[in-house]
Amino acid sequence: MASGATIRGSLRTRLMLLLIGSSAILAIILFVLVRSFAVQIAQQSQDRILLASATSILEAATVRNGEVEIDIPYSAFAMLNTKNDDRVFYKIEQDGVFLSGYEGLISSSGETDSPMFKMEEFNGNVVRVVSESRRLSDDQTTQTLVASVAQTRDSLADTLQDISRTAGILGFGFFVLATALSLWSAAYAIRPLNRMANTVARRGPQDLRAVTQSVPKEMGPLVGALNRLMGRLGASLTQSEDFIAEAAHRVRTPLATVRSHAEATLQRVNKEENRSALRAMIRAIDESSRAAGQLLDHAMVTFRADQIATENVDLGDLCGEIVDRLRPLADMKDIEIALDVRGPAKINGDPILLQNAVRNLIDNALKYSPAESEITLALWTDDKVRLEVRDQGPGFPKDQIEQLPHRFTRGSNAKGTIGSGLGLTIAQDVVTAHKGEMVISNAAEGGGACVNFSFALQ
Amino acid sequence: MRQLFFCIAVIFCSCARAQEFEEQRSFGEPDGSLVLRVISSTDTALFEPIIMGFLADNPAVGIEYFVTGSADLNQAIMQPDTNYDIAISSAMDLQTKLVNDGYALEIDNIDIPDWAHWRHSVFGFTKEPATILLSKSAFAGLQMPSTRQDLISVLRSNPERFRGKIGTYDIRASGLGYLFATQDARTSETYWRLMEVMGNLDAKLYCCSGQMIDDLASGRLSVAYNVIGSYARARSDLDRIIEIVEPADFTTVMMRTALVTARSVKKESAINFLKYLISARWNDADFSETSLPSLAGQPGEQGLPKGVISLGPGLLTYLDSLKRQKFTSEWNDALVQK
Repeated sequence: MASGATIRGSLRTRLMLLLIGSSAILAIILFVLVRSFAVQIAQQSQDRILLASATSILEAATVRNGEVEIDIPYSAFAMLNTKNDDRVFYKIEQDGVFLSGYEGLISSSGETDSPMFKMEEFNGNVVRVVSESRRLSDDQTTQTLVASVAQTRDSLADTLQDISRTAGILGFGFFVLATALSLWSAAYAIRPLNRMANTVARRGPQDLRAVTQSVPKEMGPLVGALNRLMGRLGASLTQSEDFIAEAAHRVRTPLATVRSHAEATLQRVNKEENRSALRAMIRAIDESSRAAGQLLDHAMVTFRADQIATENVDLGDLCGEIVDRLRPLADMKDIEIALDVRGPAKINGDPILLQNAVRNLIDNALKYSPAESEITLALWTDDKVRLEVRDQGPGFPKDQIEQLPHRFTRGSNAKGTIGSGLGLTIAQDVVTAHKGEMVISNAAEGGGACVNFSFALQ
Repeated sequence: MRQLFFCIAVIFCSCARAQEFEEQRSFGEPDGSLVLRVISSTDTALFEPIIMGFLADNPAVGIEYFVTGSADLNQAIMQPDTNYDIAISSAMDLQTKLVNDGYALEIDNIDIPDWAHWRHSVFGFTKEPATILLSKSAFAGLQMPSTRQDLISVLRSNPERFRGKIGTYDIRASGLGYLFATQDARTSETYWRLMEVMGNLDAKLYCCSGQMIDDLASGRLSVAYNVIGSYARARSDLDRIIEIVEPADFTTVMMRTALVTARSVKKESAINFLKYLISARWNDADFSETSLPSLAGQPGEQGLPKGVISLGPGLLTYLDSLKRQKFTSEWNDALVQK
C-alpha cells in the first residue's frame, strides 16, 4: 500500500499523542485541584475543632470579686483527640498576662474580636494555633480573656496523604480512561482516510474514474486533487494508445505499398543485378516492417504490463489460436508446428500480452529453424503452469544466454536473419508482468533453442 | 535571661539531688556500665518478678530501681539533667503530659491496642481498679457497703464508730490520688457527698496506698477510699482482716503506664525493657502470679474496657493550673474543712 510513498510520522500517532498529552495535563490539573481543595477542607475542620475548644474554655470562665476562675471542661481537650494522637498545647491570658497553660505559646488575639488562626513552631513541633478572646465583666472591672489552643498536624498530614493517594488514583484512572478513548478516537477519526485508500487500491488498472464516495470536509482537497490527477492520467493514457495505433498504421501502410511496388518491379526487370538489388530491397522492407511491428508490440507490452488487467486465460486455447494463425507461414518454410497440450493450463493474465509473447517466441523459432524441422509448443501443469517452445535450429549461443532477453540484443548467429532483437525482451516483460519466470536454454539433444515459461497456479 | 535560666536550673538540680526515694534497689550485676535507671511509683516488691525475668534474658544489663510518688516522679523527669531511662507511674494524666510536652521517646512496633497507648510513647501495662478497703472487724454487725451510696449511709448512721478512722489520698501530695479524685468527680456527684461525709468524720490523708493498707492492718483505719486493689491483694496476710470492695455504682480503673524518656542515653536497652514489660503483662501467663494485674481483657472484649481511664489529651484538663486550683479548693472545702 505504501509502496513508493515516503513515510514520515503518522496522523494517527500524532492525534493520539495530542489527545494523551492533553488528558495527562487534565489529570494533573485534576489531582492538584482535588488535593488543594482537600488541604483547605482538612485545615478548616482542624480550625473549627480548635476554635470550639478555645470557645469552650472561654465559656467556662467566670469573674468573681475581680478574680478570674476557669473551670475548663473535660471536653475542651478531649475533643482534640485524633487518630494519630496529636499533641495539644494551650495558653490562657488575662489582659495580656499569662494565667495558665504553656507560657511559650505565642497567642495572636486580643487585637480583634474575631478568632485568629496561624501556624507556629512550638516545642519542636509545627502547630496550628487558634486564639479566641472574650470580654468578661463584673461590677467593677472588665477583663479580656484570650484562650489559644494549638495542635500538632500529624493526623492532618495523614489525612492529606490519604486524600492525595485517592486523588492520585483518581487522576491516574482518568488518564488511563482518556488514553483508551484517545486510541479509539484516533482510529475513528482516521477511518475515512483508510476507507478511501482501500477503495482506490482495490480498483482495476484501467479504472481511472473520479472518486465519488463522500469524504469528510478535510479530505475534500486531497480527493479533488487525486481526481484531477487521475483525469489527466486517463487523458494521457488514451493519447498514448491512440499514438501507438496511429504510429503502427502510419509506418506499416507505406511500407506495404513500397513492398508491393518492389515486387511488381521485380516481375518486370530481367537484368540479374537489378533483380538482386530489388530482392535486397524487399528484404530490407520486410525487416523494417517487422521491426516496426515489434517496436509497437514492445511499446504496447510495456504500457499494458504497467497496469496488468487479469482475467482467466486458458493457455491451450490461446496457443491453439496462435498456431493456427502462424501455420501458413510455417508451411511456406516446410516447418511443422506441433501443439502438445498435456493437461489444462489456466492462469490469471492479460490474454493480449500472453498472445504477444507466445507469438514472438514462435516467430523467433520460425526464423531460426531450418526447413523440414519441427517446432514444439508444449503446455502442462505441475507445481506451476508451464509453457515451453522448442525448435530444432542452431540454438542460442552459449556465451550469450544471459544477455539475450535484453532489449536489441541479438545472437551472434543471427546474421542473415530478419530481426530486431526485441522478441525475447517482449516475452521476458510479459512473463515478469505476470509474476512468472522465463528460462532460455538449449535442448540437450539436437541442440535446438528452448524457452520455458512458468507461472504460479491460480 | 540566661542567668535566670541558670538560677532555675540550679534550683531544679538541687531539688533533684535532694530528692528522697521511698525505696532504691539495684538488680543484676552487669559487666559493663549498662545500668538502666528506672523511676517508678510502683513498690519494688510488686515489680521485682518482672525485673528478674528481664534480667534473666538480658544478663549484661543491670537495673537501678527508684520508687517515689507519682508527682515527684513527674518533676524528676522534667528536670533538664534527668538521667532516668524509664518512668513507670500510675498517674496517667502526668505521664500523658510528659508525652505531650515531648519528654518521652516515640517507639514503634509495639504490639498493643490503640486504647492502651498514646502517641506510641506512653504504654499501659496493667489495669487496676480503685477500690474501697474495709476493715472486717470494724464492720462487725454492719452490712458491708457495696456502693459509694451504701458507704455514705453507713458512715452517716455510725459517725462515732468511724470518726478519725477513714483514710483517703491527699490529692495535693499524690498524683494518683488526684487522678482518681478528678475521674470520680467527673463521673458522679456522689463523690462530693462522700468527701463531705468523710470530711465531717475527720478523714486522714495519705500520700500512698501502702501506708493506708498498713494502717488498716494495724486497726488505725476502718475505711480506706480509692486504694489500688492490687496492693491490698498482694498482702495475702491481710485476707482475713480486710475486705476489698470494687464499688458497684462505678469503678475507676487506672492503667499503670511506662515510657522511655526522650533524654535516655541507653535507648536500645530501655526499649527492650519496655517491650519485655508490655509483652509480659499482655501475653505471658508466667506472670499471672505477680500481683500486678494483667491488662489483657476478657476474650472477645474490644476497645477500651469498662471503667478504664482513657489516655488522651482530655487528661490534660485537670492538670491545668486554674482547673487544679479550683478542684483542689473544692476538695479542701469538702474534706479538710479548715
